Amino acid sequence: MQRSIRNKYYIFSIVRIVILLISFMAANIFAEPSKFKTVVPEYVLTFPHDYGMHEDFRIEWWYITGWLETTKSKEPLGFQVTFFRYATGYNQENPSRFAAKYLIIAHLALSDPAVGKLMHEEKTAREGFDLAYAKQGNTDVKVDDWTLVREEDGRYVVDMQANDFGLQLSLTPTQMMLLQDKNGFSRKGPKPEQASYYYSEPHLSVTGTVFRQDKPVAVTGRAWLDHEWSSEYLDSDADGWDWVGANLDDGSSLMAFQIRRKKGGKLWAYAALRDAAGHVTFFEPGQVEFTPIRTWRSPHTDATYPVAMRIRTDKIVWRLIPLFDDQELDSRQSTGAVYWEGAVILSKDGKPAGQGYLELTGYVQPLEM
Amino acid sequence: MKTKSLTSWLMFGEWRGHIMQWLVVIMAIALGVALGFSIHLINTAALNEFSAASKSLSGQSDLQVHSKQSMFDEALFPVLAQYEGVALANPVLEFEVVVPEKLESNDHKLKVMGIDMFRATMISPDLLGVTEEGNQLDRLADDAIFLSPTAMEWLQVERGDLLQLNVGLQTIKLRVAGGLVRARAGQRIAVMDIGVSQWRFHYLGLLSRIELKLKPGINHETFKVKLGDALGEHYFITEIADQETRVANMSRAYRVNLNMLALVALFTGAFLVFSTQALSIIRRRHQFALLRVLGMTRLQLLRQVILEGVILGMIGSLLGLALGYATAAMAIYFLGGDLGSSFFPGVQPNIHFSPLAAMIFFMVGMGVTLLGSIAPAWEAACAKPARALKSDGDELSISRRPIPWFAIICLTLAIIFTQLPPVLELPIYGYLAIALLLIGGVALMQWFSAMVFTFMVRVRRGNSGAVATLVLARLANAPNLAAIALGGVLASFSLMVAMAIMVTSFRISVDEWLGHVLPADLYVRAASIGDQGGFQLNEQKALAGLSGFTRADFFRTQQLILDPTRPEITLFARTIDMSDPSNTIPLTDDVIAAALLPQDVMPIWVSEAMVDLYGFRVGKQVTLPLGKGLHEFFVAGIWRDYGRQFGAVQIRLADYQVLTEDFSSNSVGLWLQPGMTVSEIESVLRQLPFGDALEISWSGDIRAQSLQIFDRSFAVTYLLAIVAVVIGLLGVAASFSAQTLARVKEFGMLRHIGVKRRQILIMLAAEGGFLTALGVMLGFLLGWSISLILVFIVNPQSFHWTMQLHFPWGWLFIVASVMLVSAAITALIAGRHAISGSAIHAVREDW
Repeated sequence: MQRSIRNKYYIFSIVRIVILLISFMAANIFAEPSKFKTVVPEYVLTFPHDYGMHEDFRIEWWYITGWLETTKSKEPLGFQVTFFRYATGYNQENPSRFAAKYLIIAHLALSDPAVGKLMHEEKTAREGFDLAYAKQGNTDVKVDDWTLVREEDGRYVVDMQANDFGLQLSLTPTQMMLLQDKNGFSRKGPKPEQASYYYSEPHLSVTGTVFRQDKPVAVTGRAWLDHEWSSEYLDSDADGWDWVGANLDDGSSLMAFQIRRKKGGKLWAYAALRDAAGHVTFFEPGQVEFTPIRTWRSPHTDATYPVAMRIRTDKIVWRLIPLFDDQELDSRQSTGAVYWEGAVILSKDGKPAGQGYLELTGYVQPLEM
Repeated sequence: MKTKSLTSWLMFGEWRGHIMQWLVVIMAIALGVALGFSIHLINTAALNEFSAASKSLSGQSDLQVHSKQSMFDEALFPVLAQYEGVALANPVLEFEVVVPEKLESNDHKLKVMGIDMFRATMISPDLLGVTEEGNQLDRLADDAIFLSPTAMEWLQVERGDLLQLNVGLQTIKLRVAGGLVRARAGQRIAVMDIGVSQWRFHYLGLLSRIELKLKPGINHETFKVKLGDALGEHYFITEIADQETRVANMSRAYRVNLNMLALVALFTGAFLVFSTQALSIIRRRHQFALLRVLGMTRLQLLRQVILEGVILGMIGSLLGLALGYATAAMAIYFLGGDLGSSFFPGVQPNIHFSPLAAMIFFMVGMGVTLLGSIAPAWEAACAKPARALKSDGDELSISRRPIPWFAIICLTLAIIFTQLPPVLELPIYGYLAIALLLIGGVALMQWFSAMVFTFMVRVRRGNSGAVATLVLARLANAPNLAAIALGGVLASFSLMVAMAIMVTSFRISVDEWLGHVLPADLYVRAASIGDQGGFQLNEQKALAGLSGFTRADFFRTQQLILDPTRPEITLFARTIDMSDPSNTIPLTDDVIAAALLPQDVMPIWVSEAMVDLYGFRVGKQVTLPLGKGLHEFFVAGIWRDYGRQFGAVQIRLADYQVLTEDFSSNSVGLWLQPGMTVSEIESVLRQLPFGDALEISWSGDIRAQSLQIFDRSFAVTYLLAIVAVVIGLLGVAASFSAQTLARVKEFGMLRHIGVKRRQILIMLAAEGGFLTALGVMLGFLLGWSISLILVFIVNPQSFHWTMQLHFPWGWLFIVASVMLVSAAITALIAGRHAISGSAIHAVREDW
């Protein structure tokens, strides 16, 4: 039994690598002159072109999180949808239609308090045969029968069915997009090349259907979309990151992250707060602070996550409380990815402020085999 | 005395007195059971392992889609991946590559599986490569190949080494990136990323199969039918069960025939049981008579004798099971699972003790012993006690033999059975006919020996010496005893003869056939490039233009699947001499002359197996999948093919090229100019720019190798034949020694009337000699008949090939002589013992 777990763990640790440890891979294998473009501050994001896929970068993802409410019973639900596009760096010359130049990896997770733990599923495929792709020009990503498409009118359509749950959502922007950091050039570490292009679409208005135990349930809600692409992301000294994106009740939007050092402490941090009027405040690494309030020890992986957090952005203090504790995405049995990705409730200076998603990565040590 | 203790007293008394004889009987039963059981164990283990190994390659899929040709267009993959009801479609490219470093040996191909790790992980996770830690993406690297432990050992490489492989006339290098998650012991495979393998080995755009997992709730049968209709005739949809059938079909005939041979050994053992029991009963005649007089019932006596047989059978069978298990374990360890044949390549099976099989073989052993005991037991029970008490048992010699109806019925049935068709593609009736011939032959023996010796007595009357008269009189008048001794000889010798004739016929036919199919002096082959042969037009031109050769013939070979439950057939495209195709192809008489062939359909010539398995009869129009689609062909003739029992088809090269637009070829046959030497030729070939990648074989070597393989495949047959003969000779020894011991009194009487000790010995030797001579004669006749069944019924029905009859006279003579001499010597030795005591004592013995 131990052996089969181990094998499966190996099989898809790739997902984990993609999510957490891109820099290691880059350092190990691609020490040679990079085949990929670096992220530079001068680049001006243009749309709709930058909604689409960026072929020359090593990694790219579209990431949507949000809070839903069932229309009938008014139950809260959280969901997370991520599509990664990852360049393997291999098979550049290979004319085969099966040549594994790019991988498309998708994650689907549903936080249902009625279930009490995160339901999740992943799919990975090599790009090709129109079965898996990420298209240029506009957001259009697909792995087998999982799709994320941005329509001409700016509306995103998600259709993902897992074994015992699924989503069919339509997400309509209600605000302008938010270019993170310096006009979409988002630094991730002390070195200038440790950066990504990054924009967010907060306050997406959601309608659609959630399938719980294969039964369709109508839902409405509010979501957050991030689109990021990069070739070199994390510093080799980085251990993982804590990230939060929140649609606040007053129409403002908060995004904050910190990248943790392996030895503990903060390697880099950033935050942006846009008010309803569209005015954005950016926070420097020194102004952003993440402090755990309460930890939760996962019975699945033995990892300890700071599921409740206090986040300070300069003078404002935010308090994050999870919808429920067990929102760990533990898929070592199938794909090997382990992180905590959960719906959280925010309060600002002690008053309810809104709902968001907290992502905690790098809390599980790679298993020593 | 209680019945129980009487029973054991009688039994142990008899056994203690003649311990050697009974040990021999037990050994014979044990040998027969052991042989059958071990063959069964080995074959089952090999088949299971082979089946499991091939199943492990297609993993946990619900259905597999193949095409009739070995490869098909990858465009089908996205169609199936999105097909309604399909949960997962796993594309697989499977092929073999030539390892240049192994070119010297015949075994130089490595099976490569091209897989998509993201899809294979749900269907066949065992096939995934094990990379260095933290570097899982290495599975997709465009220079990576992963090897099973057996493959690594075979290639003498480990992780990080570069491995050279041939693609057509080029050699490429791949990096050994690691092992496999799990491979079966002995399984020699390599795994690569599907895209990389398509590119590196020139299979762009091609797949070998697509494995499907269906969504829950989808009815497999309905889906299969629906998809089958949608895909059309060019594709097959199979289930794992079909694959099992296919694997089982590959070796079924071989396995069944081997089991039959084991039964034959057991059958011979039955005769030994019979003769020993019969003689023991003659020996104990007085004892039994006395018991009957003292009140033992006929039924009790019958039970006594049968019980003895049962106990013997039990001991022998149990011993046989143990011996068989040990033998199987050793054979697997030393010879591998295929016992020298090549039906189960690349597996390393483990023997599993199966209680059911053990039970069956135990029962067979018991059954055979009972069969051998029943007649003697009946005889003992029916004997009239009064006469038995008085006389010397010569009642046996006096009674007239009736017409042997039983034998006649057996023989007649045997003849009828030879005319019946195979059952489930197995020559069941053929084997039944052989069994009936043997039983009938032995049953006829008593009558026959009485006839022959009576006739001889009559002929020699008046002018013969005393010894000869004594011998013939004895033989003519005690046919029952003679027949008992002869049973074993007859059975084993006839089987030996049959086997020898069959194997010789087969071997000579194969040898002649090899001469016919290998007309050129040498054959040069190249590794294939994708689904094309390794010689493209340029290389073909270079080869044809070489000096030193008078002629160059190019061949294109391909594998086709006509029925998913059967192994592939082979298609040969070659230049065929249309003025007389039999110059090129080893045709049988079943041919349509070239001039009479229809002009509008392309002709093909098919092997005998194609007729039996697919009904491709001469004059019939058939379809074959070639190039892009199915094409009509006309069956112009049948040829003999000992190389491929699952079928082969020959087509004109020009026709093939028109249909497929494939101008490549796999090999070329070259005819030397007179005076060229081997080294000259090899250097001419090696000087070609692609000379190093060529695989050069000389016809003589191929022929020698083929015959070597032939001999190896029949190694087990030889072993079985020898076991049968040893059992037969044991029978002779047992019956003669028993008889002579029983005749101690007779010899004493002879001594009294002036016959010298030496004369008695000569008499005994002569008796043994005459009897064996008769047995050998009859055995030859019987063996010859059985060989006809083997050659003309069993072989064509199981392996789909015919052969010409040839006799190994020299060998038969040697075996006959050995049997005669050993029988005479046995009789002598037994006799010496019998007459060693004093004459007076001998006459008074028992009384």
